[in-house]
Amino acid sequence: MLNALLIVVAITIVAWLGAAVGLGALFGVVLPYVAVLIFLGGIVWRMVYWAKSPVPFAIPTTGGQEKSLDFIKQAKLDCPDTKFGVIKRMFLEVFLFRSLFRNVNAEIKTDDPINGGPRLIYYSSKWLWLFALVFHYCFFIVFFRHFRFFMDPVPGCIAFVEMIDGILQIGAPRMYLTGLFLLFAVVFLLGRRLVNPRVRYISLMQDYVPLFLIMGIAISGLLMRYCFKTDITQVKAYIMGMVHFSPISADGIDPIFFVHVCLVCSLLIYFPFSKLTHMVGVFFSPTRNLPCNTRRVRHENPWNPPKDFLTYPEYEDLYREAMAGANLPLDKPLDAAKKSESGK
Amino acid sequence: MYNKKAVIVGIVVFLVICTAPFWTNFGAKYSKPEVALPADSNECVESAAFMRAEHMQLLNEWRDQALRNDNRVYVSSTGKKWEISLQNTCLKCHSDYEQFCDKCHVTNNVDPYCWTCHILPKGSK
Repeated sequence: MLNALLIVVAITIVAWLGAAVGLGALFGVVLPYVAVLIFLGGIVWRMVYWAKSPVPFAIPTTGGQEKSLDFIKQAKLDCPDTKFGVIKRMFLEVFLFRSLFRNVNAEIKTDDPINGGPRLIYYSSKWLWLFALVFHYCFFIVFFRHFRFFMDPVPGCIAFVEMIDGILQIGAPRMYLTGLFLLFAVVFLLGRRLVNPRVRYISLMQDYVPLFLIMGIAISGLLMRYCFKTDITQVKAYIMGMVHFSPISADGIDPIFFVHVCLVCSLLIYFPFSKLTHMVGVFFSPTRNLPCNTRRVRHENPWNPPKDFLTYPEYEDLYREAMAGANLPLDKPLDAAKKSESGK
Repeated sequence: MYNKKAVIVGIVVFLVICTAPFWTNFGAKYSKPEVALPADSNECVESAAFMRAEHMQLLNEWRDQALRNDNRVYVSSTGKKWEISLQNTCLKCHSDYEQFCDKCHVTNNVDPYCWTCHILPKGSK
């Protein structure tokens, strides 16, 4: 955990010092281009890599009753058996995090009034679902809002989102709700790893790094907007120079901007090689994207060796005459087989 | 590759969305907006660099001072006293709304809510 924090702090300090020393071009021009290339290339590589991986077994996780006899009610959303049902389940998963919604917590209650002693109880726990939802949606809206710096003229939909986001009209520059909620949710997600002993036990460095990185991005962004102001008009001119592949000088931009950019670039570079690729991975999860029709449809393992056996009908076709000669019972008698052959 | 069609559609959609800033108005030139500075005055309440970064904060403070604390006097960092008033102080020099305020606000998609109370200084319009 501390190592992860140190990494993020080190990136921040390096970016700050670099920008202060005058290496703005390195952190502001070369790094973003490299980061975007690695991000796009890495994600595409991931998608192709996963698309090439065979799925040996049909392993849809069933969150309810599978399709069975007519009088048994099927859990259509959690255990779909059709392609359209899978699309519905995937939609719920991607947009509403349904599998987190089903999260159940197990706890041993030491003095249970019912049996007067310790008892294992299970209860629905929605906190992770709630904060994951807040986190992801806020992150998306914050990301989306940033396109005002990358496009000119600014599309109307961005203005609309900004209007809704700043609807409370607190202060100037107007306070955006998503920015604060994002930081709040990240703090919760980190706190969950630190406070819950079981989650803490299984948390590794690669779980903490993205959290600290995103926290650093959120904090540097909020600081830039509300505390250490920088000249936004200059920033937009700078970014548009990058977008049009003719970078301009970074003079007049506060180092906090380069800290923010450097942290974002670190996230982009890290993204395809970390757990963050669940963004792509969720679509490639066999437990989510396979229909639960394993009782009806045979799932062929793609790496099964070519067939080197005979089915019984094939066996009979091969040895029918010999079998008839030995008076062995036949599924298809010799005469019938001959008739159907001549009929062809 | 399994599910080739869906995967390729996914890759194309991902790349098209993520590279939107690069291909929309490709080849266009963006130039930093030039604001029209007032001709008859060369002194603002604070330095230009400060105003560029902090003017929204200052306006917000001025609103609070004038309307909530009934304080109409602002002492700048140089010690000079100014009347706290959008109409009589700011807009006296920066009278050209479209060539001054709008220049940066439009390109950065900033929608200040000054004009929900104040009259938008757009001439007779």
